Amino acid sequence: MLNLHSHTFRHGVHPPENKEETNKLPIRQFPFSPLIILPMQQHIGAPSRIIVREGQEVVRGQLLAEANGYMSVPVHAPVSGKIRKIAKVPVISGQMTEGIYMETFHYSGQEVNEGIPISLENASPEQILKGIQDAGIVGLGGAAFPTHVKLKIPEGKVCDYLIINGIECEPYLTTDHRVMLEQANDIFTGIRYLIKATGAKEVIIGIEGNKQDAADHLTKLIPAGLPVTVQVVPVKYPQGAEKMLITSLLGKEVPSGGLPIDVNAVVVNVATTAEIGRLLPRGQGIQERVITITGPGVKKKGNYLIPVGTPLRYVLEHVGAAENISEVYMGGPMMGVAVSNLDISIVKGTSGIVVFGEDNINKTEKIFPCIKCGACVDACPISLNPSKLGILAKSEAYDTMAEDFHLMDCFECGSCSFVCPSNIPLVQYFRLSKGIVRKRNTAKTAKANV
Amino acid sequence: MFSKTLHISTSPHIRQGMSTDMIMQHVVWAMMPLVIFAVVSFGLNALLVIITAVVSSVLTEHALCRWSGKSSTVSDWSAVITGILLGLTLPPIFPLWMTFLGGVVSIAIGKFVFGGLGYNAFNPALVGRAFLQAAFPVAITTWHPSFLEGRFLSISKSVAAFPFSTPVVDGISGATPLSAFKFDKVTTDTADLAFGLINGSTGETSAVLIILGGIYLAVRKMMNWRIPVAILTTVFVLSWILYIIDNQVYPSPQFMLFSGGLMLGAVFMATDMVGSPITPRGVMVYGAFIGLIVVVIRIWGGLPEGVMYAILLGNALTPHIDNLIKSRVYGTKKTKS
Repeated sequence: MLNLHSHTFRHGVHPPENKEETNKLPIRQFPFSPLIILPMQQHIGAPSRIIVREGQEVVRGQLLAEANGYMSVPVHAPVSGKIRKIAKVPVISGQMTEGIYMETFHYSGQEVNEGIPISLENASPEQILKGIQDAGIVGLGGAAFPTHVKLKIPEGKVCDYLIINGIECEPYLTTDHRVMLEQANDIFTGIRYLIKATGAKEVIIGIEGNKQDAADHLTKLIPAGLPVTVQVVPVKYPQGAEKMLITSLLGKEVPSGGLPIDVNAVVVNVATTAEIGRLLPRGQGIQERVITITGPGVKKKGNYLIPVGTPLRYVLEHVGAAENISEVYMGGPMMGVAVSNLDISIVKGTSGIVVFGEDNINKTEKIFPCIKCGACVDACPISLNPSKLGILAKSEAYDTMAEDFHLMDCFECGSCSFVCPSNIPLVQYFRLSKGIVRKRNTAKTAKANV
Repeated sequence: MFSKTLHISTSPHIRQGMSTDMIMQHVVWAMMPLVIFAVVSFGLNALLVIITAVVSSVLTEHALCRWSGKSSTVSDWSAVITGILLGLTLPPIFPLWMTFLGGVVSIAIGKFVFGGLGYNAFNPALVGRAFLQAAFPVAITTWHPSFLEGRFLSISKSVAAFPFSTPVVDGISGATPLSAFKFDKVTTDTADLAFGLINGSTGETSAVLIILGGIYLAVRKMMNWRIPVAILTTVFVLSWILYIIDNQVYPSPQFMLFSGGLMLGAVFMATDMVGSPITPRGVMVYGAFIGLIVVVIRIWGGLPEGVMYAILLGNALTPHIDNLIKSRVYGTKKTKS
């Protein structure tokens, strides 16, 4: 097929990649923590409903909490052990949510409980989607959106392209890179399930130019008869954002406020795909995930397979984090969330842990007025005017922001804040403004319905 | 273990590392060759004019910040730029007390009343110069030949004039190439114009140094290169058309390009980020508009030079350009607003 578009998207930024310290390190199994803390809200949607009781002994992979409705996924036991307590657990947002404290059996072989396999040959698309939900699978790229919801093709829409997202544009992170190098078979099995579930005619694996080895590796292993191509795109942040990737690979734009399926595409993260390919044939649920642990504050950097629910403090102790660590974030440095409490735990959406010591954290920099230099305008991947939006946010003109300046299209990639020479926290303004606009809209609809 | 309080901030946790004061400093470095050349060609007089302009701008900024109870914003270097630009646009033997007054007006009226850095509608240095042109029309058009002997030893009587005394017109004043052309139809060699071997304001004479400074800033992405390119292209094309129509009446396009304050204005003044549009297309319109006004004033206006007014008019147009010309947002159709 002849593609005349430019294989990239407009604008974007080039943060330092910092991936070379971990991208050559193979995935290693992390030790089992004696204590496991499992929040019931590890995904976007309704929290899972707990079906075990305190004191109960469970085996690894056993169902602990079931999906609470369609927009929800279950939680499985990440270790064999005993349910110690069902109570509120701390999460990264600083709140306490419903959850489970588990004690790990020290001498258990940690063999995983198998369920009913989903047969690739005989299962219907609906059965595959149900299987994906039952496995507790969510977007492992960081958003943790329930995958079965994303894969459901709405009535009247057709999925022509299945895009496997192996971009990993966040600096420091190398989990998807390692997964592509080490779990090719799982990825292709996952793709077979996804093709069946979505009816996609063409599969494109999108990989950034800094992972050429992964692209070559996957290209070599494409099974005969599978309509898969690997496409390498130029390195640019936020290439891994769904909309940007679609534009780079297909040359199409997802309409404002729309979904990828509006341009006949579905995008799935590559680690999520591998997880589908590994879990569905065994009828298992997610118990662990690959996480890059890196940053100047860590001695044993690497890509680790860590059980969900492992406390962050335990993780940091095991990788030799410096005593004086002063900044930790989950996810990459561009969109990740700073941790305020080390007693939170690894969740399904945790793709990386980046640790900075006292010596390497950025001092809070002086904020200057906006000088309208236009750096943010040249950085915004969706061509918003962050300078103008920032000024409007300061004067609390939220409705104008939403109506005239497309505030709600902002997906908070942080490129504007990254380039701003005046150090204006633009994306923070927009996050708050979006929340306020959403609240106002809900209030408006509520009023209209009365 | 891990007893320290964790540092919390919102994403992104990394920054590109360019800062506003750093940009301003680089603009100052980019103008340094002009300052040095001004001193070399016009001597001690030019040095005193530029220093006075900078000192008065910085002092005014500091005093006004203190007076309004804010912390001083002198450290962002923008007042230094205003001072240097003002100094570079004044004749080399401009009285120092007038220069000082120009610096005060630039910062107070051009910038502070609007709310300081980032809020000024017009380029502050040009506001100051426009004031001086209106207040002291004779002094500001009293030129001085370059490369005079003894220029490093003596101070002109005009420069040292006592405040509010009638300006002393120096016996050795000379016309600039633009006024020579306007009033006497005498053209000047383009090479002399490009290298600055001519009369004019302290900093506008060497087009080559101005272009080098501009390239330095453009490469470092601290200046929008589209603005000077749009202005200069417009001036070149328009004056070329006129030159083809009648080369006896209209000056050659290269003369138009390299004479007067066009280069200095296009590279260092029209590019003031605060007063110029933010979108690439808006910037093109802005540049073309300034170029058009320059040609109109120079050829049909009563003044020999129109760059200052052209840029001020361009600044005034900027908010409207930004309202009319917006980038198309991803995933939206072209809209009217």
